[in-house]
Amino acid sequence: MSGTPPRLSLDGLTKSYGTHRAVDAVTLDLQPGEFFCLLGPSGCGKSTLLRMIAGFERPSAGRIQLGDQDLTGLPPHRRPVNMMFQSYALFPHMSVARNIGYGLRGLDKTAATARVSDLLRLVRLEGFGDRRPETLSGGQRQRVALARALAREPKLLLLDEPLGALDRGLREETQGELRAVQRRLGTAFVVVTHDPEEAMMLADRIGVMEAGRLVQVGPPSELYRRPANRYVAGLLGDVNLIPGRLDPGEAGGIRTVETAYGPVRGIVASAMADGAPVVVAVRPEDLVIGASGLPATVAETTFLGDRLRRTLRLPDGSILRASGRPTDDIPAGSQIHVGFAAETAAILPA
Amino acid sequence: MTWVTRTALVAGLAFLYAPILVLIGYSFNASPLVTVWGGFSTQWYGALLADAPLLASAWVSLKVAVLTSLIATVLGTLAALVLERQRRFRGRALFTGLVLGPMVMPEVMIGLSLLLMFIGIGLDRSLLTIVIAHATFCTGFVAVVVAARLRGLDRSLEEAAADLGAAPIRVLTTITLPLLAPAVVAGALLAFTLSLDDLVIASFVSGPGSTTLPMRLYSRVRLGVNPEINAASTLLVGLVSVAVLVASWLTARRQKG
Repeated sequence: MSGTPPRLSLDGLTKSYGTHRAVDAVTLDLQPGEFFCLLGPSGCGKSTLLRMIAGFERPSAGRIQLGDQDLTGLPPHRRPVNMMFQSYALFPHMSVARNIGYGLRGLDKTAATARVSDLLRLVRLEGFGDRRPETLSGGQRQRVALARALAREPKLLLLDEPLGALDRGLREETQGELRAVQRRLGTAFVVVTHDPEEAMMLADRIGVMEAGRLVQVGPPSELYRRPANRYVAGLLGDVNLIPGRLDPGEAGGIRTVETAYGPVRGIVASAMADGAPVVVAVRPEDLVIGASGLPATVAETTFLGDRLRRTLRLPDGSILRASGRPTDDIPAGSQIHVGFAAETAAILPA
Repeated sequence: MTWVTRTALVAGLAFLYAPILVLIGYSFNASPLVTVWGGFSTQWYGALLADAPLLASAWVSLKVAVLTSLIATVLGTLAALVLERQRRFRGRALFTGLVLGPMVMPEVMIGLSLLLMFIGIGLDRSLLTIVIAHATFCTGFVAVVVAARLRGLDRSLEEAAADLGAAPIRVLTTITLPLLAPAVVAGALLAFTLSLDDLVIASFVSGPGSTTLPMRLYSRVRLGVNPEINAASTLLVGLVSVAVLVASWLTARRQKG
């Protein structure tokens, strides 16, 4: 490959079925060589978005651009983009080698054969070339599908739930392999997944989709620490949401929220009016039990080996979940105060 | 299975197949009288081989059936591809009806209408007109068999091929058709048997020198049944059964895989 690899730009990409918008004005720039995850529950439009990039769905509006090439109107077989299907879609009537070589028609025989054996080595399936897909295990099929999708050296690889059909142990192993292959080739990967843990494990950046919209894009740590709304906060992990009203008068990033239990401080993610109803989102590991903060009672403590999970009850009966070090022994029923650093709390629209 | 259901099953199967078994049995009858058993013999099969008009008709039937199944298979497969793989188009429901209509239309009507059309356009009745007539009603059957298989075919296989750079025609020839092959062959065999045993339509549209085997048998029966006809019918039943068994085996095997 010569020159800088092109980058993918989606501009206002929309897919409507009647009045329903499966994908709603998605605008996104992908960096070359980036591992990007589209995360969201089923039906949020992430697969439709992927299928539009591959060319299987025609966008209702918007543009798809790869470098300076406009892909929007191109049929799938003319796009320098390849896709790995959720079902793998291996051709059952062809051997593994012929499956992988299917896209290499432009190459002469020797070059194609060499490329196929390179790919077999890449996915650690040397010696499996003559086998039929039905004789392979799930993990092996997944690797054949990956090799086949990489055969044409795509500028961008799309992967639809690549690990969805594998069982748990194999999944974690395969996540590592996928990452390693991506790093080695430097191809941009776009993975669709509904599993937040998988997205955080794989991606350089995650795009969270909700009801057809791309609600937040950023590195996993940013999404975890600075979620844009309650949905993103809850999707990426356990979170406490404390309702309140935004205090007026104070400008800048850190603001005070008046809650039923007293004032707390956090970081405002987006512009909000003074007095607006908000929630303060705090991760369990960021809650600190100490001398100051909101008054609470320790309701229950669960030992989880590497940490403790505490259920704290606020005066009005609502619950906070806190995790702590296993050595900090606080008996149930203790009256305590719980606080958190303002930098660890995100103030989000209610 | 209780004795009630078992009896019902036996009675039902007997109702369907006893007449055919009787016919097969009497084809080995030594006596020239159809209803009187005179011992086992294969003489009527020998007589069959010496019966030039009957053999000529069998040859006509075979040619018609082969040509019909070829035409009906190509047209039926194309129709199935349009029905299952095209995006929605105007008149799709009408097209479906038009393809499948001849399957349920009374044969007398098909025969009569084709006869009128052939006379209208001045096409002399011959082997060709029988082939055209048979192809019209067999196409629908092939379309149904192939469309059923196509519906069960994972669409992402074709998408994956397109994704790997295959133009639509290459997707069709390297992915869709090879995976459809068992259904296409099953459809062809079905068309073959339908053509082979058709009497009504052929009677309308056949011309001099193109008498099919069922027509010949029917005209013989009107002069009185003899064991030779039983023998010919037995062979016909055997041929059709084999074709149908192979067709259903092919269909079943694919659904499993």
